[in-house]
Amino acid sequence: MPGVLWLAALFVAPLVIIAVISLGSLDDAGHLVLGQPTLDNYARALQPAFLPAFAKSLYYATTTTVVSLAIGYPVAYWISRYGGRRKIALLVLVMLPFWTSYLIRSYAWMIILRDNGVVNSALIETGLLADPIQMLNTDFSVILGMVYGFLPFAILPLFVSIDRLDQRLVQAGRDLYASGRGAFLHVTLPLTMPGIVAASLLVFIPALGDWVTPDLLGGADTTTIAKIVQVIFTSGRDWPYGSALGFMLMGVTIVGTLAGLRSLRRELIG
Amino acid sequence: MTERPSRWLSGFAALTYAFLFAPIVILVIFSFNDSRRVFIWQGFTLDWYPALLQNDRLLDAVWITLQVAALAVVGATLLGSLLGLGLARLRFRGSGGVQTLLLLPMVTPEIVVGISLLVFFSQLFGWNGSMGQIALAHITFCISYVAITVRARAASLDPAREEAARDLGASAVGTFRHVTLPLLAPAIAAGAMLAFALSVDDLIITSFQAGVGSTTLPIAIYSSIKFGVTPQINAISSIVIALVGLALLISWRVGAFRGPSARPVDADAEEGSA
Repeated sequence: MPGVLWLAALFVAPLVIIAVISLGSLDDAGHLVLGQPTLDNYARALQPAFLPAFAKSLYYATTTTVVSLAIGYPVAYWISRYGGRRKIALLVLVMLPFWTSYLIRSYAWMIILRDNGVVNSALIETGLLADPIQMLNTDFSVILGMVYGFLPFAILPLFVSIDRLDQRLVQAGRDLYASGRGAFLHVTLPLTMPGIVAASLLVFIPALGDWVTPDLLGGADTTTIAKIVQVIFTSGRDWPYGSALGFMLMGVTIVGTLAGLRSLRRELIG
Repeated sequence: MTERPSRWLSGFAALTYAFLFAPIVILVIFSFNDSRRVFIWQGFTLDWYPALLQNDRLLDAVWITLQVAALAVVGATLLGSLLGLGLARLRFRGSGGVQTLLLLPMVTPEIVVGISLLVFFSQLFGWNGSMGQIALAHITFCISYVAITVRARAASLDPAREEAARDLGASAVGTFRHVTLPLLAPAIAAGAMLAFALSVDDLIITSFQAGVGSTTLPIAIYSSIKFGVTPQINAISSIVIALVGLALLISWRVGAFRGPSARPVDADAEEGSA
């Protein structure tokens, strides 16, 4: 399987290289020194000055995940239980925005949320509002944009999980005098947990690594780690430090992935 | 079993669909906006569409994007389909490891993939951004998606069909070509479509691989959003949306979105017109 070789050469090897570089340093001339491995870059990354960026990244990713699950679960449930013959069509509709550019979608939100954008104009026009509310360049707009971007990633695995659930088990719960809510809490929810875990990972991870949404929909105080890494690698030369930051993002991912690996495999690979 | 959905649930689902489509609809509407100020509605015009044809920078970007996507689709579809088929068919030591390897690119933050490939290409080969480099990166992150799509379908194929072909005297190659491949075709097509969509859309990984003269469309759109939006961006975005919608519609009719269940080929064709 040449695909394995390809992934080993162009996915694993580059990761190993940045892992090595993250232990390196820069000499006075700005050249890479790999001779004396050091953890300095990681120590620098954990300085208090960077904590807000870490906190912000985690806050965005976590909130996005929770909101996506809260919206995605009922919708996936609705499609699976009541979609009938139109199930696949309904799913494709969920995926349609995902197939249009992520960038274009963020941009569409800029048109909507601006001070003179669609929402504010409409509210002022109808007299509900005297002055525009600032919606763009806030935490709200960043999270809205991320939820919008990653919601399909939540709905798909949730749908697979709910759809696979044997309804006779729920029925058995009802027959044993569980209330509708009780059957949902004690039968449906635990049995669809793999889907919930997979959905959480598939939303959390891209949200954590996203710099486009904070960059376009966020303001000056919405700097995330991903944004810092991007700036270091596109305009600066301090690769060891950037690699360390990137690798810390990767670390969070790996921990999450290992924790949810079985669920992910089950929902994605089958 | 056939209880009615509660009004709340249906209403919630309807709202969610509205939420998913409202921004796209608004964007398309604004591409007909007769105003240089992009965000305020002034009246209807079609001017921005012909204006695109005068914009060489955007046209170049479109051309580069399509070339990269073609390379990415061919490479990722070939490698990914083989990988998916192999995983579904062969039991070998380390197949669990390969499955994990397959998932990793999907769950690694894009920015990490982007910087690691940047460092890899520049340190080992001294490359600093080119179309080929972008294509190699795209193949890498598309393989997993193709492999998983193909694997799902291959795993659900009934081996009896291939055995029947062999019993009827078909060679191994003949069986693959006339039985296995046609049965896998919808999944391969779906995987290729997915690779195309991912490649055409990617900004984060691409931005680290692009050099002078290899600006793809997302990068061109991004810089134009950052540094002064022109209404042409609305127009080209609407065209992209229309093309993607069209591609989806076609693959829908072809049947690429049928579930992994493997029905007889002719039954697939019949339902395709339904």
